[in-house]
Amino acid sequence: MFRHLPLMLKNSWRNRRRTILTILSIGVSLCLLGFLMAIYHAFYLSKPDQYSALRMVARNRVSLAVPLPQYYGERIKQLPGVREVSVNQWFGGIYIDEKHLFAQIATEPSKIFLIRPEISIPAEQKKAFIGERTACIAGRALAEKYNWHVGDRITLKGTFFPVDLELTLRGIYDAPIADDVLYFDQEYIEQGLPADQRGFIGTFDILANSTDDVPRVEKAVDDMFRNSPYQTKTETESAFALSFVAFLGNVKFFLLSICAALTFTILLVSGNTVAMSVRERVREVGVLKTLGFTRGTILGIILGEAVMVCLVGGILGVGLASLLVLLARKGAIFLQQLQHLTIVLPVAAMCIGIAAMVGLVSAFVPAYNASRISIVEALRSED
Amino acid sequence: MAIPLTYNFRNLIVRKTTTIMTAFGVALTVAVLLAVLAMVGGLKSALEATGDPLHVLVLRKGANSELVSNFSREGFQDIKFKAGVARGKSGEPLASLELVTVINLVSVDAPDGINLSVRGLSPVGIEMRKDLTLVSGRWFDTGKREVVIGESIAKRFPDAQLGKKLHFGTGDWEVVGLMSAGQSATNSEIFADLNQLSSDYRRSDVLSSTLLEATDSVAADALVKNLDSDQRLNVDAILEKDYYNKQTSSALPIESLGILVSVIMAVGSAFAAMNTMYAAVARRSKEIGTLRVLGFSRGSILASFFTESVLLAALGGLIGIVLVLPLSGATTGIGNFSTFSETSFKLRVTPGIMLTGLAFAVALGAAGGLLPAWNAARKEVLAALRQV
Repeated sequence: MFRHLPLMLKNSWRNRRRTILTILSIGVSLCLLGFLMAIYHAFYLSKPDQYSALRMVARNRVSLAVPLPQYYGERIKQLPGVREVSVNQWFGGIYIDEKHLFAQIATEPSKIFLIRPEISIPAEQKKAFIGERTACIAGRALAEKYNWHVGDRITLKGTFFPVDLELTLRGIYDAPIADDVLYFDQEYIEQGLPADQRGFIGTFDILANSTDDVPRVEKAVDDMFRNSPYQTKTETESAFALSFVAFLGNVKFFLLSICAALTFTILLVSGNTVAMSVRERVREVGVLKTLGFTRGTILGIILGEAVMVCLVGGILGVGLASLLVLLARKGAIFLQQLQHLTIVLPVAAMCIGIAAMVGLVSAFVPAYNASRISIVEALRSED
Repeated sequence: MAIPLTYNFRNLIVRKTTTIMTAFGVALTVAVLLAVLAMVGGLKSALEATGDPLHVLVLRKGANSELVSNFSREGFQDIKFKAGVARGKSGEPLASLELVTVINLVSVDAPDGINLSVRGLSPVGIEMRKDLTLVSGRWFDTGKREVVIGESIAKRFPDAQLGKKLHFGTGDWEVVGLMSAGQSATNSEIFADLNQLSSDYRRSDVLSSTLLEATDSVAADALVKNLDSDQRLNVDAILEKDYYNKQTSSALPIESLGILVSVIMAVGSAFAAMNTMYAAVARRSKEIGTLRVLGFSRGSILASFFTESVLLAALGGLIGIVLVLPLSGATTGIGNFSTFSETSFKLRVTPGIMLTGLAFAVALGAAGGLLPAWNAARKEVLAALRQV
């Protein structure tokens, strides 16, 4: 088979324009396919990192928009397998104006570094943050975006909390994920609220002792509050993040149907090209047969050429998709999974695999027909 | 002189396999675009159909949605008698104090449940919503744990049916009626008695918002200004129409992803169309030579091949439209981040959307056909005739 590689190369390069157009067409479609598969992979197939795998989120069973009593935290902490619990309150305040959206999370400063050990911050900044009620820390990406420096004042206007915050930036942290979040002390919100609205928070972050404890703790928390007026729903951090995706609609179905449409389009494009080039070369097939090429070899040569062209398209597609992914990262504020979207190896392999398969499938019928044609008929062909 | 169109039609028919394959590539591209547009269009028309131009929605200052707003009964008394508020049949001002909260209902395709808005209101609130009609059953009685649900909820959630019970707040609520509000977002809401709902959620004095009806549109604008500038009240007033129009932004993620996908697919399909047209030009070299000998100019050759490419793509566009037509009318829902609940709407493949799809296909065919047509027009007569 590989003996005929030079012939396949020559053949594919004979109609340069067509080959290039086919490669471009397949490449562009596969770039999209790779991009969508990367999103799918990030949402549904990727494993959480070692820190995230130990974390759970407990929220009100009804909705994220309905709060939980703060004293639940103490009770969750006492469950076996729980190492630490901290409140997590989305503030949703307005910085400058409504277009400047970023995550502002009220937490317990003394606990956040235990629960999120992947956060690294200089020791004196950490101390300053824990010691001061109006202090806040920001992720490096966020601080760079707004050109904040330690000591800056940050004013957030409350939306669903009737409280405006005057925060002082006491530290800038680095973290592998979620490095665009502003953390501050939940007590600060609490003090600004009227007495009858105090004592409620959005969610709890729960840190388990080990990954084995995670499913047990999830169940134990929900069981504990089953008969209370505020039932909980506890799930892993990644499942919690996915619930936001689910909120946008049936994203899974959306992604899969577009992927299917794309694969089918590529199949059509490639099939069309192969059919065109085989049709033009029927006479040549006759010549090859006269020279003693067997039916199998001819089939192999035509299939090989199609697969080769598709593979080049596939590689181009993966390359383009890696660029597209960089763009997508910038647009992802709320979806943590997309902030570090990459074309991982399985996705790239899948893309190239699909390309090869498309080449094979699309070329099979024209190649088979060409290989079966009789010499006399082939030589007489006028095309 | 122009080459007759039948020449192009016949050519497309002669090479039917290639024509169909290329057209299908275009069709899938168009179908993806149209499906997304039908979704976004459906959501927009649902939200735009909501809200009466005379209605003014009053929220706590700083709150950007009803869900996060707090409104006390005392504040309600203060604004109820403002100038410009219309009077109802009984002479009472048309002002409705309302409580909006979110519940979670389990559905067939979402076992974890989907959030829906529940609105507590008094009879005057129902009187004010003029396009609201009762499809079956009756309105809830005051002081009872009864709800009336929007039509599209009943369609999508097996649990939410007349006579069944929904569990939320501190107990079960009986579904006593089914309401319809045309295309509007109210179809995705559940209505209940204000006092019963607020005591269930222990929010007897912390309600959400007030809806006012102005006597005319001038009064509505004046009312908005008057309320906004009143420092003592500390409220934000907005025309109900504007409030719902702002929520169309929740379709933005799907819309932008969908448009990105269709544009990239279009680039791929344009290359494929180009391929097909180049092959057509190459095969018909002799024909082109003959046409030139017959006296057709380079310009008419260019126009003819260009037209053929556009026709090919338009055929694809038509197939694409046929592919998405079955989607029209299907009910679906999308999460709305300002209400933290689901807005259901019908996908709408409107004539406008179909035209957009066709125009998209034609543009794609034009992009793919220009270079091959140029190539055909440039052929020298003798060389073209001699080519095999």
